[in-house]
Amino acid sequence: MTDILKINENVKPKFPKHVKFRHNKARDEWVILAPERLVKLDDIAVEILKLVDGKVSVEDISIELSKKFNAPKEVIMSDVINMLQELSDKGFIEE
Amino acid sequence: MKSDNITSKGGNLKTASQHGIQAPLALLAELSHRCPLQCPYCSNPVQLEKKTGELTTDEWRSVIDQAVEMGMHQIHLSGGEPTVRHDLEEIVEHCTKKGLYTNLITSGVLLNPDRLKKLEKLGLEHVQLSFQDTEKENADRIGGYKGGHEKKLEVAKWVRDVELPLTCNCVVHRQNIDNLENFIQMALDLDAERVEIAQVQYYGWALKNRAAFIPTPEQLDHATEIVEKARVDLKGKLVIDYVIPDYYAKHPKNCMGGWGRRFLNMNPKGDVLPCHAAETIPHLKFDNVRERSLKWIWENSEAFNLYRGTDWMPDPCKSCDRKEIDWGGCRCQAMALTGDAKNTDPACSISPLHSEIFSMAADEARRAPPEFIYRRYGVRFNSPV
Repeated sequence: MTDILKINENVKPKFPKHVKFRHNKARDEWVILAPERLVKLDDIAVEILKLVDGKVSVEDISIELSKKFNAPKEVIMSDVINMLQELSDKGFIEE
Repeated sequence: MKSDNITSKGGNLKTASQHGIQAPLALLAELSHRCPLQCPYCSNPVQLEKKTGELTTDEWRSVIDQAVEMGMHQIHLSGGEPTVRHDLEEIVEHCTKKGLYTNLITSGVLLNPDRLKKLEKLGLEHVQLSFQDTEKENADRIGGYKGGHEKKLEVAKWVRDVELPLTCNCVVHRQNIDNLENFIQMALDLDAERVEIAQVQYYGWALKNRAAFIPTPEQLDHATEIVEKARVDLKGKLVIDYVIPDYYAKHPKNCMGGWGRRFLNMNPKGDVLPCHAAETIPHLKFDNVRERSLKWIWENSEAFNLYRGTDWMPDPCKSCDRKEIDWGGCRCQAMALTGDAKNTDPACSISPLHSEIFSMAADEARRAPPEFIYRRYGVRFNSPV
């Protein structure tokens, strides 16, 4: 059991052990799997989550994506924080 | 009440793809109906399958291959008690090798630390451990298994020792509902990630024991308040899933996300069912993985296609604007309580039978609970319900 996580730029997010971010070959889609849970993801969420490994900070994820999509880091970071916070509140992301 | 009119082959029924239904998301695999516990609310059918009829290891491997090829995401290894099977390790290994999210739903009492360690090494991803109460005497009485509760507490520790994620499955009813807060605390104490608080659902064994289990509306309201408060207090700490007895709901549950829309269930001998209670609908004919592929069955099986979509619905479902939200509620409940699986689930407040049936249940809840009819092989019943 973990304490409530507040996502900020310094947090290095990761998936809890029981949460899997996986590509389903037959469907050709990325999903989050957890006990009796299946989260379908949009393309942006998939791009963010591909960088989530427990070693990279939210800020570094945002920098990486801002380069990739040629968009301001601040804008990207606010999206990243919102999405990860939402997933964290549901128990799909931890630090 | 009239019974369903079934065409012999179901030839004029629309198939899954004609309904626009994609591959199922998850497979509930009942590996065996054998179980050391005897919970009187067991979700297994009243006619339990014997060991001799169970699918072999290779047959399960083939089912797993097919499930993955179809695009399924998850498998729940359940029972009965799945750990009675000595090939559980081989089945788990195959599931995880193929990339299915693999979940073990167990009473725990047959497990030991070495076996858990082995299962974890083989890639098992999650354990759901059942609890009958938080007080050991009452828990053991409900499960019909002496020493069960204390063993389960030990098993929970072993699960966490090998760093497997844990859900506590807590079935609540009038004989343990006062311990609801203790259930939640127990899940926290056991370091669980998640707790399932499920009110008994009344099919099969549970329906026969309904008077022993159904809470009063007041008990239920109180329980719901406790869960809602805990969900706020423990947000981000403990996931709480909550299933109410739909007898007291305004709308029926959209059972299984709609008949044959998202999930499938396999019983120990390989019959493929739209839900684990589907065998309570006597006219349904199930296809079996020994004879047909899983994909063919999902697409074509009459048992699935009969109640897919909305074409089969009579009124008041047919003209209801929630018909593609609730999907008419639960077919098994309609069958059990009205005698016709096509009727509107009487859990729905619009059902003409709603008030009669549910005031009867609420009445039962106010009387002294009868003795349990324990889940055992070979129990005979005098009355149909």
